[in-house]
Amino acid sequence: MLTALFLFQFGTGPVKGFAVTLIMGIFASMVTAVFVTRTFYMLWLKRRPDLTTLSVGSVRLFKDAKYDFIGVRKYAYGLTAAMLGIGLAFLLIRGVNYSIEFTGGTLIQFHTDANVNDAQVRAGLDANGLPGAEVQGFGAPGDFVIRARSSALGATDPNNSQATATAVGKALDGVLGQGKYRVDRTEAVGPKVGGELRQQALLAIFLSFFAVLAYLAYRFEWRFGVAAIVATAHDILATVGFIAVMHLEVSLVVVAGVLTMVGYSLNDTIIIFDRVREDLKKYPKDGFVQVLNRAINETLPRSILTHGTTIATLLSLAIFGGEVIRPFALVMFFGVFTGTFSSIYIASPVLLYIETRWPGAQARGVRQAAPAPPATGGRKPQPVS
Amino acid sequence: MFGTIRNRLILILVLVVASIAYLYPRQKTVRQRGPDGVMRDVREKAVPLKLGLDLQGGMHLALELDQAKKVSADPKGDIQRAVTVLRKRIDEFGVTEPLIQQSGSDRIVVELAGIIDPARAVGIVQRSAFLEFRITDKTQALEKALPALDRALRSLGVGPAKGAPAKPSAVEQLLKGDTTKAKADTTEVTGGVLAGLIQPASVAGVQPSPGEYAVLETAFPRADSLLNLPAVKALWPRNVEFLWAGQPTSAGVNQYRLLYALESKPIITGERLVDATAAIDPLTNGPIVRFELDRQGGRAFGEQTGRHVGDFMAILLDGRVQGRPPVIQSRIERSGQITMGNRSLQEAQDLALTLKAGALPVPLKIVDERQVTASLGLDSVHGGIVAGLVGTALVILIMVGYYALSGMLAVAALAFYVLFALGGLAMLEATLTLPGIAGLILSVGIAVDANVLIFERSGRSWPAARRCGWRWTRGSSTRCPPSSTRTSPRCSPRSSSSSSAPGRSRASR
Repeated sequence: MLTALFLFQFGTGPVKGFAVTLIMGIFASMVTAVFVTRTFYMLWLKRRPDLTTLSVGSVRLFKDAKYDFIGVRKYAYGLTAAMLGIGLAFLLIRGVNYSIEFTGGTLIQFHTDANVNDAQVRAGLDANGLPGAEVQGFGAPGDFVIRARSSALGATDPNNSQATATAVGKALDGVLGQGKYRVDRTEAVGPKVGGELRQQALLAIFLSFFAVLAYLAYRFEWRFGVAAIVATAHDILATVGFIAVMHLEVSLVVVAGVLTMVGYSLNDTIIIFDRVREDLKKYPKDGFVQVLNRAINETLPRSILTHGTTIATLLSLAIFGGEVIRPFALVMFFGVFTGTFSSIYIASPVLLYIETRWPGAQARGVRQAAPAPPATGGRKPQPVS
Repeated sequence: MFGTIRNRLILILVLVVASIAYLYPRQKTVRQRGPDGVMRDVREKAVPLKLGLDLQGGMHLALELDQAKKVSADPKGDIQRAVTVLRKRIDEFGVTEPLIQQSGSDRIVVELAGIIDPARAVGIVQRSAFLEFRITDKTQALEKALPALDRALRSLGVGPAKGAPAKPSAVEQLLKGDTTKAKADTTEVTGGVLAGLIQPASVAGVQPSPGEYAVLETAFPRADSLLNLPAVKALWPRNVEFLWAGQPTSAGVNQYRLLYALESKPIITGERLVDATAAIDPLTNGPIVRFELDRQGGRAFGEQTGRHVGDFMAILLDGRVQGRPPVIQSRIERSGQITMGNRSLQEAQDLALTLKAGALPVPLKIVDERQVTASLGLDSVHGGIVAGLVGTALVILIMVGYYALSGMLAVAALAFYVLFALGGLAMLEATLTLPGIAGLILSVGIAVDANVLIFERSGRSWPAARRCGWRWTRGSSTRCPPSSTRTSPRCSPRSSSSSSAPGRSRASR
């Protein structure tokens, strides 16, 4: 919710639309969960007053899961380091593949029924004075995207976009023949606007990060907050690495995906931490490792289910949603995994580390003594996505 | 308030009815340009969910004042005036529900849905449409000034461009008529660069009028930049300006651009224009734009034209001469016409509407342009719908498969959720974009999270959950630890049996 608000603030056009629907979605889901589901149950209970237990299906995966998540954390560290390392290596070697929106330039998507490949189109573009242009097949056969970045063309020309469009038109006329193609989409962003958008995107990421910080400071005591932040930072790094490895184009939509992913992963972490906090009170005699393990295991069915449904929707988006949405779906898809992973293997061990390093006797005492309303109030984690 | 089932049902009903009311397809009136070019109101029925430009097709433009072309004295006021002018123009253009608004302090955003011809739209938005009428120069000011201009150029070190054919001076050319290039090349240039470039208008195959000259179209950019060099411009004769024709004239194989020496003070500008219409000239069969001035403008125009009977009057649009300057036959009062030459009627219509809407105070430049065709938008909508259906189906499958009956409840809740979300969007009059659809679909996947959390709690300890699970979902500050013995009369209709329920019960009926 927080990150969505920031998306709304800084996003332009389409991304704003995304933020609006996401906020609306979260709001509507709260309303439904509070009123509708509950009322259904009440109705149901009224009809069957003899019901003592609720049927919650016959399959109960991981019902009494007792995996030693924390025990194997050393391996997880290795995995994390390897993933981040690979991601960073790709990032350093290949750099960030910014989209037209951020670099300024012209994007033209066209469709043709003629049988051409991108090399032919590129040759045509070269001949018409667009040597730096990229040509790419885009989804369905016959769909191509031409990207001419300002930097590659000399950005000073104010009529860059029109000039580029004309040149592309000429090139396509040459390669395909007049009227044999259809321009479906044009995007022309001046270098100035591109710079502004880049700034705004960075600002959105930083500000939402700080908003998350403030929120965590409000909801948890500092040790939980720090752990959650480390996990979030890991998520961002891992996702950036993923983007570099996949060589995805970093567009506004992808930035939106990263921000959404942060919110989603944070929500996951908060749910586990809530359980940890609760279990700390419930089993005061247990060691911290046991408590952590129990909390993770207890939230496992929930995690698996929610991630399952989220992944299901993301998969269908990636497959059917079209080329524009696919990068977003991929980023989120990866984000679901890294978010889950970081909640279990980054957030929790960091918490453990902090707890052992600075034994929280007094902190725990405080927790047990007074469930202070601001810190523990409202155990329902509001969806933070 | 939400305690009893009846109240809750009423509330849900209210929400559902409100959502449906907001989503119900309603009549709306849309201004559209008919096939005959006349605007008329069309009533159509539509679900009041606004689709973004990336879904219904259209173009998005961000514009800034182009201060490189004309420095604005009052950028803020100019932006506001530009917005007004653009709104008028686009209303005439006939786009359904255009969006024209200022964004930030120096930018205008224009969104046009369903634009078929983007180049034309860009032309209409970008054209300053500054109309002037000027009398052509009869004093041979250019010929007199040329030597001085060329001297200035020579002192700047500008000689005839290498490879460009050197031309004999204008006077020589006049004597010889249209000499061949080969001959011209052999003649040693004495007159300087500009004198070499600028030729009498007769070479372009037209009957020359005073103050009219011609330059080869290929040499036009060079001549233009030379003529407008600051050092050269300073030497322009007083009260005379050199301006170009709006389009080339062809004579035989060569294309020429006419250059005009005009009095620098216009006799009247387009500010006084009250009406402009496009028409076909019955004599030439070419398109024309008829215009009408207001009374004051008409008086001034009449006075000036009366004084200049027999002179040639150039009609300038955005600093370019339109057509060839006609002779003023007699006093022209309030109405006149602009001949469009060999251009299409549609261009005449576009010119008429931009003239009528008024001139932009400062030219605009496009800093951001996005355009999506309607067919691609439709594809995106289809893709979104398919993705949404498949995604929802998968979610239903997972929920029902895992939670059986309760899962079905969750699915029913999901249906309400979708209804509420769409209703809310309609209520906020939010625009649904492609990423927006993605967000909506994604939120379906996440929305079950709330239900899952309740179920998992119920699975663990049903009675506690019944007391607390829901309350806990509401996000209220009421704490309800599972070990608590507190009973809530509100949510346990059978408090007697609930106490005997096992703490961690599996599904059993």
